[in-house]
Amino acid sequence: MERKEWPLWEVFVRSRNGLDHKHCGSVHAPDAKLALQVARDVYTRRQEGVSIWVVQADHIVASDPDAKPELFDPAEDKIYRHPTFYQLPDEVNHM
Amino acid sequence: MYTQALDVPQQNPDKGPRAVENPEYQAEFDAKIDAGGYIEAKDWMPEAYRKTLVRQISQHAHSEIVGMLPEGNWITRAPTLKRKAILLAKVQDEGGHGLYLYAAAETLGVSRDELLEALHTGRAKYSSIFNYPTLTWADIGVIGWLVDGAAIMNQIPLCKCSYGPYARAMVRICKEESFHQRQGYDLLLAMMKGTQEQREMVQDAVNRWWWPSIMMFGPHDKDSPNSAQSSRWGIKRISNDDLRQKFVDATVEQAKVLGVTMPDPELKWNAERGHHDFGAIDWDEFWNVVNGHGQGNVDRLAARVKAWEDGAWVREAALEHERKRAAREHQAA
Repeated sequence: MERKEWPLWEVFVRSRNGLDHKHCGSVHAPDAKLALQVARDVYTRRQEGVSIWVVQADHIVASDPDAKPELFDPAEDKIYRHPTFYQLPDEVNHM
Repeated sequence: MYTQALDVPQQNPDKGPRAVENPEYQAEFDAKIDAGGYIEAKDWMPEAYRKTLVRQISQHAHSEIVGMLPEGNWITRAPTLKRKAILLAKVQDEGGHGLYLYAAAETLGVSRDELLEALHTGRAKYSSIFNYPTLTWADIGVIGWLVDGAAIMNQIPLCKCSYGPYARAMVRICKEESFHQRQGYDLLLAMMKGTQEQREMVQDAVNRWWWPSIMMFGPHDKDSPNSAQSSRWGIKRISNDDLRQKFVDATVEQAKVLGVTMPDPELKWNAERGHHDFGAIDWDEFWNVVNGHGQGNVDRLAARVKAWEDGAWVREAALEHERKRAAREHQAA
């Protein structure tokens, strides 16, 4: 018999209002409705969430780990982007 | 532990770490490990590291879902509604733990179906502890107290293992595992306050599960050939014997409070070592069960395969339903 696996979905859970949805794992499910149902059973058995997003895993576009240097290194020497770069007179340094 | 069969010689042994495959990447990888950093799914990793992780994580996942069987056996016979609800929740957790772990293994480029196929055909192992039968209700308590207790000892260091997806799955699992151990001990406390017959039942279950539980930590360090490499890779943080000793030391006091004794006349405090000494482990029994000749091996695997095959039509129908829905949507558009 031909083996047909249910597609993979990535699961994001908002643990409470005021916080972002955060990636917490993945599930296999045949469709979006069941993916939500399965994600609820697998990842929120102890009130870990108030909202769930599921997205089919192959719809996620990810950066290439090999491209890490050219993507992220340029930020390394731009310390002037941080407030602590600027030393102000003591009287106003809490600005 | 749940991955004790890593010590079984492989049928197709790796030719050893492909350390020189890409010296530059290898150096980066080693540096990350040495700095206590994490390797993530898409990062370069030596092929032997990847293979070891697939074996370890999938064995662990298989153990979780096969572990549902001996306990599921008692759901319909739980003595009260409260105990039934607790046991249902625990067995559901074990299924969840299996899913977290399969998902972690899948990040290494193997499919869920391949992993299950390896389990169902007997190529992949699961923890030998689940090949012992659950004869009485006391067994359910003792499994929580000793078997899950041993699992926790082993799993806490894995929360800091070098492979990110595995470490994160273990954090979730450890949070839930504590409930498993405590409900087991609580169940046994209740039985110990009952009739003489119930107390004897608890002692009998302890007698049967004690040795298999301490075997769960795997062979002695000197007989565990893969441990050194796993330590180097940050997959194993504490040795089999150290974990076993820690478990024995922790359990002795718990047995005293419960009012049971361990079936080991040589178990006693050694002030000089600052640890409890214990008797020799019957490794022949251990290997016998690991290699498929335990009391429950055949039944467990048959139950797993039957559940999988009986569910095939549901999996297929769900896919077909989605295919038709998508086709209708496409037509309407």
